[in-house]
Amino acid sequence: MSIVPISYYLVLSAVLFGFGIIAFVVKRNIITIFMAIELMLNAVNLAFVAFARAHNQLDGLVFVFFVIVVAAAESAVGLAIIITVYQNRQTLNLERINLLKF
Amino acid sequence: MFILDHLWIIIALPLLGAAINGLLGKNFSKPIVNSVGIGSVALAFLSFAEAVREFSQLSPNQIPWVKTYFTWITAGQFKVDFSLQVDQLTIVMLGVVTFVSLLVHIYSTGYMAHEEGYYRFFSYLNLFVFFMLTLVLAANVVLMFVGWEGVGLCSYLLVGFWFLKQSAISAGKKAFITTRIGDFGFTVGILLLFWTFKSVDFNTVFKQLISGPPDAAVSTGVLTTICLLLFTGAIGKSAQLPLYVWLPDAMEGPTPVSALIHAATMVTAGVYMVARMNPLFSRAPFAMFVVALVGALTAFFAATIGLVQTDIKKVLAYSTVSQLGYMFLGLGVGAYASGVFHLLTHAFFKGLLFLAAGSVIHAMGGDQEMPHMGGLRNKIPITFWTMFIATFAIAGIPGFAGFFSKDEILDAARSGPNANIWLWLLGLIGAGLTSFYMFRLIFLTFFGKPRYDDHKVHVHESPRSMTVPLILLAILSTVGGWVAAPHFVGGTDYFEKFLHPVFATYAPAVAEGPAEAFETPGMILLHALTGWPVLIALAGLLVAWWFYIKSPETPKKLSDSLRAPYALVLHKYYVDELYNAAIIQPLLWISTNVLWHVLDETVIDGTVNGVARVARESGSELREIQSGNARSYATWVVIGAVGVTVLMIGLWGMVR
Amino acid sequence: MTLPFIVFFVCAFLAVIGALTLILAREPIHSALSLILVMVSLAVLYLLLGAEFIAAVQIIVYAGAIMVLFVFVIMLLNAGVEERTDYSKLAKYAGLPLGMFLLLALAHWMAHSLIGQQIANGVGGTNASVSTRELSAQLFQKYLFPFEATSILILIAILGALVLAKKDE
Repeated sequence: MSIVPISYYLVLSAVLFGFGIIAFVVKRNIITIFMAIELMLNAVNLAFVAFARAHNQLDGLVFVFFVIVVAAAESAVGLAIIITVYQNRQTLNLERINLLKF
Repeated sequence: MFILDHLWIIIALPLLGAAINGLLGKNFSKPIVNSVGIGSVALAFLSFAEAVREFSQLSPNQIPWVKTYFTWITAGQFKVDFSLQVDQLTIVMLGVVTFVSLLVHIYSTGYMAHEEGYYRFFSYLNLFVFFMLTLVLAANVVLMFVGWEGVGLCSYLLVGFWFLKQSAISAGKKAFITTRIGDFGFTVGILLLFWTFKSVDFNTVFKQLISGPPDAAVSTGVLTTICLLLFTGAIGKSAQLPLYVWLPDAMEGPTPVSALIHAATMVTAGVYMVARMNPLFSRAPFAMFVVALVGALTAFFAATIGLVQTDIKKVLAYSTVSQLGYMFLGLGVGAYASGVFHLLTHAFFKGLLFLAAGSVIHAMGGDQEMPHMGGLRNKIPITFWTMFIATFAIAGIPGFAGFFSKDEILDAARSGPNANIWLWLLGLIGAGLTSFYMFRLIFLTFFGKPRYDDHKVHVHESPRSMTVPLILLAILSTVGGWVAAPHFVGGTDYFEKFLHPVFATYAPAVAEGPAEAFETPGMILLHALTGWPVLIALAGLLVAWWFYIKSPETPKKLSDSLRAPYALVLHKYYVDELYNAAIIQPLLWISTNVLWHVLDETVIDGTVNGVARVARESGSELREIQSGNARSYATWVVIGAVGVTVLMIGLWGMVR
Repeated sequence: MTLPFIVFFVCAFLAVIGALTLILAREPIHSALSLILVMVSLAVLYLLLGAEFIAAVQIIVYAGAIMVLFVFVIMLLNAGVEERTDYSKLAKYAGLPLGMFLLLALAHWMAHSLIGQQIANGVGGTNASVSTRELSAQLFQKYLFPFEATSILILIAILGALVLAKKDE
């Protein structure tokens, strides 16, 4: 039993997740948006760990492990793409990269 | 019992001829077209002859002979079979149709010899015979209606045969549309008949009339309505008041068509229908009266118009309308056999009159106006003599066919069970007028000095293919009435006796009238020969002779002094103009302005185009969503997430 | 107020500050650094929850490798102050309010979730931390297949990154 109630961790997780979403919608720089995604993933990790503690099971931690691994792979590839896009379009403003317009 | 078992052969033969000539005739030479066309009708006639022979061997309880071949329609209780029946009335009609058709076909080989579309003409003629035979042989009213409509179609096709001529196609349309109005009433009548009797088969309906319990009997009002509705169909098809207007215009068609369709067969379909439905009509006295009244009025009215027409075919057209009125008058006063008898004799003499008129037109090189004729009797003797005989027949001169039938009808109108003195009077005056205008026609055309230019018109007798049918019909116009002759010397009318089972089997019980005074055969004959019809016929002849032979300036003086009535009658009482103003123009206006502009263009097109416009415009709006802007996409995702969250918390109550 | 509570609130406060700064910073490098702050505070929270291994992995991999990668890319691309463009009206007007609504809704939901109540009422497990031995036992027995799959995933990611970042000759 954790002294700090699990719901506190969950609320923190929700708040961080909400911030991540706000950042994702408000910001214009691609890299910043990418970082917002990482923020969201972290928030979710916190929730997993909190639940693992609550149910006294390990499975939540294993999942966190995998989330981190996948986040690593994803950022590697994502940043490579961002670099390529920058090389082609000379801009990091997401709104200027709109070739998929109708 | 070959033919009676295979009645369908009679109607299939002309259909086959029509199909062969219609589909392949373009490549056929004239002799082949002739043999197919004439051959099919000739075979039909021979089948009829054989059917008569077989029919005579039937015992009375086998009549009417009904043969059902297959079930055509079943829809719940509504069941219509393809069944054909033969009784005495059918025999009479079959004879008229096949024989006159055969003669007209033979005549047409001569008359239409120089026409384009020769094969088409024979195909249409055969098709017409097919439909007419279906009408006559049908054992239920729906199948009869098939034939009814079919002959209307063929009338349209044949009247508009010269389809490059504007007046001809207008006439064809007029014929079809006017009869359509009557057909609408006919259809409603059929529906009411079915609704009342739960069957459309003749014998089934008739049996219900006599076998049901008295308290469950069909009310007179219903029967009257059915009869009146059916009669409106007859008004249209048989060109009675007020739907007669198509018949004079139908003279635009070739003369053989007029002879066959508008004299002998199609226009008599209405008469046949009323005669066939006599059990219903006999039980609806008001309907009978209406039939007789319409007939008498039409007989008189059309005769007045025929007095002053100058086109030879128009005179005959109005004469046909008038004579049909006589047939209905006969039916309406209960003298069914007499009405049918007049149908028979009329087929002979009117068919002859039309064919002979065609011969005259052929001799005059296509001119149909009587003021251009005159003095033709020595130049085209066969035509003249046959036409002269027919005129005697139609005028009702004793000894010829028309006298017997017309006299019987007028006699029934005056002193029969449903006699009406006013109807008799109308019929009598009409008979006088008939005699007058027919003899006028003869005198103007064949007597007097020629009014045409001898160098422009080469008057020549017609070929044998045309004159032989004339001669045959002339013989029949003379002797055809003698089947009823014994009646006039106190004996029995064989024709009426033959048809008696048709009209007596389902007749309602009639109270016995006072017994007729006894007369010797001699007295009966004397009364017949000096009766009013004969007197007035002779009077008509005399007046015509006075007007057109003795003092030819009289007609002109009379028409000048009676200028207004003359103009009225000459312009056919302006009936066509009246119909045009009162009915046709308003309909056209409504169709154009309301139905076309408002309904079709604005409402229907607007709706359909509107749907397409909505689709196009909404699609155009919706595609703006795909802007390529990732932020807006992200916002949409957030919107979705918010939506789901709201649902989960609010609606599904996942938060306790 | 016991020590765990204090630690929790401090770390929570830091994490929230970091997240706010991420949003409000004008330069991407500032956002990156705030994210590192968030990650470190989360690592402390993991420790508080008894997940030592995960805390270590968080620092080493997430904050130490991934964020370094981010910083390098920012440096490489010379990402400066971002320009204020607003081509999407939807994002401009609806984005922030909806995001805030979502934040509040989720927070409210979490605050009133059953698990939280249960824990508060004394239902739950021990306070002991999870040993790495147990974790690896689970990882290599029950979750062996995902483990191997993720190693292949990493391989693919490496290859992908290499291919993408190569200069065309």
